[in-house]
Amino acid sequence: MPAVAETIETVQSVQEGGYKWGFETEIEMEFAPKGLNEDIVRFISKKKNEPQWLLDWRLKAFALWQKMEEPDWAGVSYPKIDYQDAYYYAAPVKKAGPKSLDEVDPELLKTYAKLGIPLKEQAILAGVEGAGESPADSGRMPVAVDAVFDSVSVATTFRGELAKHGIIFCSISEAVQEHPELVREYLGSVVPQGDNYFACLNSAVFTDGSFVYIPKGVRCPMELSTYFRINAKSTGQFERTLIIADAGSHVSYLEGCTAPQRDENQLHAAVVELVAMDDATIKYSTVQNWYPGDAEGKGGIYNFVTKRGACRGARSKISWTQVETGSAVTWKYPSCILLGDDSVGEFYSVAVTNNFQQADTGTKMFHIGRNTKSTIVSKGISAGRSQNTYRGLVKISPKAQGARNFTQCDSLLIGDQCGAHTVPYIENRCVTAKVEHEATTSRIAEDQLFYCRARGLNEEEAVGLIVNGFCREVLKELPMEFAVEAQKLLAISLEGSVG
Amino acid sequence: MLRIEGLTAEIEGKQILKGIDLEVPKGEIHAIMGPNGSGKSTLSYVLSGREGYDITGGSVTWNGQDLLAMEPEERAAAGLFLAFQYPVELPGVGNANFLRTALNAQRRARGEKEVDAMAFLKLAREKLKQLQMSDEMLKRNVNVGFSGGEKKRNEVLQMALMNPSMAILDETDSGLDIDALRIVSEGVNALRGPDFSALVITHYQRLLNYIVPDRVHVLMGGRIVRSGGKELAEELEAQGYGQASAA
Repeated sequence: MPAVAETIETVQSVQEGGYKWGFETEIEMEFAPKGLNEDIVRFISKKKNEPQWLLDWRLKAFALWQKMEEPDWAGVSYPKIDYQDAYYYAAPVKKAGPKSLDEVDPELLKTYAKLGIPLKEQAILAGVEGAGESPADSGRMPVAVDAVFDSVSVATTFRGELAKHGIIFCSISEAVQEHPELVREYLGSVVPQGDNYFACLNSAVFTDGSFVYIPKGVRCPMELSTYFRINAKSTGQFERTLIIADAGSHVSYLEGCTAPQRDENQLHAAVVELVAMDDATIKYSTVQNWYPGDAEGKGGIYNFVTKRGACRGARSKISWTQVETGSAVTWKYPSCILLGDDSVGEFYSVAVTNNFQQADTGTKMFHIGRNTKSTIVSKGISAGRSQNTYRGLVKISPKAQGARNFTQCDSLLIGDQCGAHTVPYIENRCVTAKVEHEATTSRIAEDQLFYCRARGLNEEEAVGLIVNGFCREVLKELPMEFAVEAQKLLAISLEGSVG
Repeated sequence: MLRIEGLTAEIEGKQILKGIDLEVPKGEIHAIMGPNGSGKSTLSYVLSGREGYDITGGSVTWNGQDLLAMEPEERAAAGLFLAFQYPVELPGVGNANFLRTALNAQRRARGEKEVDAMAFLKLAREKLKQLQMSDEMLKRNVNVGFSGGEKKRNEVLQMALMNPSMAILDETDSGLDIDALRIVSEGVNALRGPDFSALVITHYQRLLNYIVPDRVHVLMGGRIVRSGGKELAEELEAQGYGQASAA
């Protein structure tokens, strides 16, 4: 039984500096040699005991990547990344799991709770032996969790329960072994290897991630969740997530992530692919809380992620909700390809930047099918000396008769040294399509703060309340329990931003 | 007991309060009347701790505490309530959530137990009923899309929930029709008692027919120029500020 928790014996929760997930876990690790070359790609593939077709797929990606240039069009700046100065594979050495929750560090359990993964089933995630096959007793909807620690998935919960419904929820490494036909059919079908620089790198060296298949007509009985954590030093994290919702099925999926507090920058380049068939719905929620760097801008994660969903079937729906509070630099555009007639794409985003954080995030909506609809609601909050950009594309093809898009981008500024930017691109090639765009920029007004303080809230509570009000339209899209955690996270991310 | 002595204050270098002396004993309601620009709102903001006002002299003590040394939220927790002349809108923030968050922030600061959502709802409904207001008030966002009268009623609802020992009402009557005026006044009168005092700031005598003050003070040019009983308000109404202040 793989486990994350038994090795976590010296967890220190770093309370100062505003980032409460900045601890490093002392753990026995296995690394690939530093650097990136074809041998590393082969090493990873071999480590994972992959079939030849997948190795070939990786090598093709690696060859493509070597010819590509790192993109520089985003509104972010960072020193050049030395791709040879990182480890591309790091995995905890496997040991026996803890026998009970008593053996699990309480700080770790607290961390999960803080992160926004409501684990009544903490025992399961912590890898307690025997836990995880019976539903939670709290009356609350249980959440199945796949935990990815550096390069490998360490635990997936509720698999037995889900299997009764024919649902597959496992790490992508296991899926390669046990469901190769599904992986082979869909991997790279939404985000091809050569799609962009970071997706291409990911295709060559991805190490783990989650795999979900929901069979025809099945409504997934619980939330599925993946928890990503970078722990090892000088490693990149390259996870790959693939979710397939077959005709008439429904799934809600959440990912959360944290990393230790380090002076160096670490690279996270993930790829998420979603496929929705006829009448299927995928709701994908993210609470992104990678280490953002310190108040001087030192350290933090580079979060260069490609997320895309294909609404292949008629009346299918893909909804992205993201709460982005972490990372030093975020480059991320969860997108929808609306192929099926009457398919629906949604993007609800809150991006908070403080101190020296930079975020360039938004979405792309490709309207191809008839009567396709998309909704974009983006809330950017900038504080400190941070820069926050919404960048979005709405593209309507000539065939997309009756397509509709509504976009709303609101920016909130806290202080006078930060920046908010809105860069919407609209390409409409269909006369019957309707596209609407609204944008606002505002500040937290002094009278709002004083009004709250005169009622007894301190300055930070007041900012938290006002910001949460500003983000309400997005937060209400999150699954209930996560919404509560996200609210707390927003307040924490903005600590020290006023006064 | 609120004691203001020789209080002077400036805003952006311009002196607004030029030496205010005033005492409001516990259990009394005092009215401050004065024309526009006399310093009424400045006085209410200085007492509640708004930033942007430079206090250049004098002192304010409240129940023996140095009020001016306290943060606005500390004043609120200690039982001071300001009913705003222009209540502020908080988009996306539900009124019930705001009121409970505020109430609990005050309770926490006083070392009291927080009120849970159910208990809060019960308390809020009770107050709404007393004030003849609809439950709808709780579901809406704080002051967003409220009419002038609704905003003032929301202030009075907040006051009823916070149950302060000292309230400052800054022109709460402005923009109110007679019905709203009556409801707002009843809200204040309901709190009246040996442990509640208030400073009712108003331009017009009208409000004082409903909230009958123990004392009336005339503020002009940043100073209290006259003080008297409730009949002073009627005199002001009849003769105007120029005449009354000269008397």
